[in-house]
Amino acid sequence: MIEIKRLTKKYGELLVLDEVTETIEDGEKVVVIGPSGSGKSTLLRCINCMEDPTSGSIYFEGEDLADMRVNINHARRHIGMVFQQFNLFNNMTVLQNIMLAPVTVAAEDRRAAARKNFVIRIKNLFRKEKLPLLPKGKTNAEAKAEAQKRALELLERIGLQDKANVYPSTLSGGQKQRIAIVRALAMNPKVMLFDEPTSALDPEMVGEVLDLIKRLADMGMTMVIVTHEMGFAREVGTRILFMDGGKIRESAPPEEFFNHPKNPRLKEFLSKVIS
Amino acid sequence: MNELLQSFEFGRYILKFHKVFVDYGGYKSVLLGLRNTVIIAVLGLLIGIVIGTLIATVRVVPKYRLLPRILNGFASFYVGFFRGTPMVVQLLLFYYVFMPLAGLHYPALTVCVVVFGMNSGAYVSEIMRGGIGSVDPGQMEAGRAVGLSFGKSMLRIVIPQAVKNILPTLGNEFITLIKETSVASFVGTMDLYVAFNYIGTNNYEFMVPYLVMALIYIVLVLMISALVRLMERRLARSDRNQTTH
Ligand SMILES: Nc1ncnc2c1ncn2[C@@H]1O[C@H](COP(=O)(O)OP(=O)(O)OP(=O)(O)O)[C@@H](O)[C@H]1O
Ligand SMILES: [Mg+2]
Repeated sequence: MIEIKRLTKKYGELLVLDEVTETIEDGEKVVVIGPSGSGKSTLLRCINCMEDPTSGSIYFEGEDLADMRVNINHARRHIGMVFQQFNLFNNMTVLQNIMLAPVTVAAEDRRAAARKNFVIRIKNLFRKEKLPLLPKGKTNAEAKAEAQKRALELLERIGLQDKANVYPSTLSGGQKQRIAIVRALAMNPKVMLFDEPTSALDPEMVGEVLDLIKRLADMGMTMVIVTHEMGFAREVGTRILFMDGGKIRESAPPEEFFNHPKNPRLKEFLSKVIS
Repeated sequence: MNELLQSFEFGRYILKFHKVFVDYGGYKSVLLGLRNTVIIAVLGLLIGIVIGTLIATVRVVPKYRLLPRILNGFASFYVGFFRGTPMVVQLLLFYYVFMPLAGLHYPALTVCVVVFGMNSGAYVSEIMRGGIGSVDPGQMEAGRAVGLSFGKSMLRIVIPQAVKNILPTLGNEFITLIKETSVASFVGTMDLYVAFNYIGTNNYEFMVPYLVMALIYIVLVLMISALVRLMERRLARSDRNQTTH
């Protein structure tokens, strides 16, 4: 699903990712761990094009993301991202937060279809065999109704339907993060990226967010999770990556990764975090 | 009352003013001037907000490509010109230099609205840039992450929050515009200054007309300040309150 080839990222002189090569298959739950500053966030941000790679390339379902012909906004629709700081839209209610992207994207698709149909109609003036027109797409009202239905369904699944018309500032951290996850799900992404989803939470709220991520994992969602929660990594991950100094130093299934680490830096890291 | 006013000099000035203002219809030109002042300031600010938002957006767009760089260069020039010269000069330049050169003829009021709008655009762009800078970059990232374009994220997420942060400053800009409308007379627009000047000329007495003029400006400004505070409070509520509807 995601193929990363010799991905290098530099900030000025600082080498943050050093020729990272990695493949993430459909349905995998890849957990990334590593010391602070090792480039974990940068890797995720490169995968959904928040950062331009200095060199190397990333393929999403066979398409090169760096290639300008691939519309980055289109690719991002299939890649959900969850941030450490939640980043709910402060100027919108919970429901509006979840509905914004589906409604906007439907409108864009509708306009794009209208544009293309216009061109097809002009071409048809000069053709014997008429080209068929593209479907018009949903009307705004249809898109809205559909997005709202889906948003409410999602909210119900996380037990927060009563918060639909509330602004984010009134929510607890755990509620915010669960809504941020649901907001990403509203676009039906094929893969979800989590960047330390529980690091900004009070300890008593970590559980509810991890539970939601676990449920997603059980439903078969492909995901890449950066986290410091080792127990969670072991439980949910199908594969654990250890990053250090901009490189992936070790990649193994959880059992092997935690019980028989090979890389000396990983051994040192594990002895520090698990004790 | 009349006798009391007749008994001292300033009182007699008031009576004279009253005569021209009410009996000779001076209030009509004052109302016209007031209307023009409000039209210029309100439309000027609206145009200014549109131009200012566009320019501020141009200035925060990532600049790897050529087009944003060219636009950014133009934006810097624009802001530099309108902030670097007095409003009167801009007004005179447009009315007496650029328009005749281009063979255009528009009413003075229209020209005032346009020039005030462009001038305000330069100031609003700086205010807006600060406002955009005050919005957490995570908001834009989240917008992009759900698949919105830069422009859409700006329009739906960042700018609404920026506007809220800069509302008091925008209120100040509006007040500045109201006060600056007093230069509209330079191109022959009937404004408050022209109206009161006309009353003063009629009586050879300027004390009362100019005092009343000052009073009108102060009242206008106080009203706007109150309005801005009201809007601020309502916006702040949308943050805290439980529901929107
Ligand atoms: N926009 C940026 N400009 C300059 N340097 C940056 C930028 N973003 C990240 N860095 C640097 O790149 C390095 C890697 O950052 P990154 O955020 O990927 O690390 P991380 O593994 O996620 O760490 P943490 O566990 O602290 O989140 C750090 O040294 C950081 O200071
Ligand atoms: Mg990080």
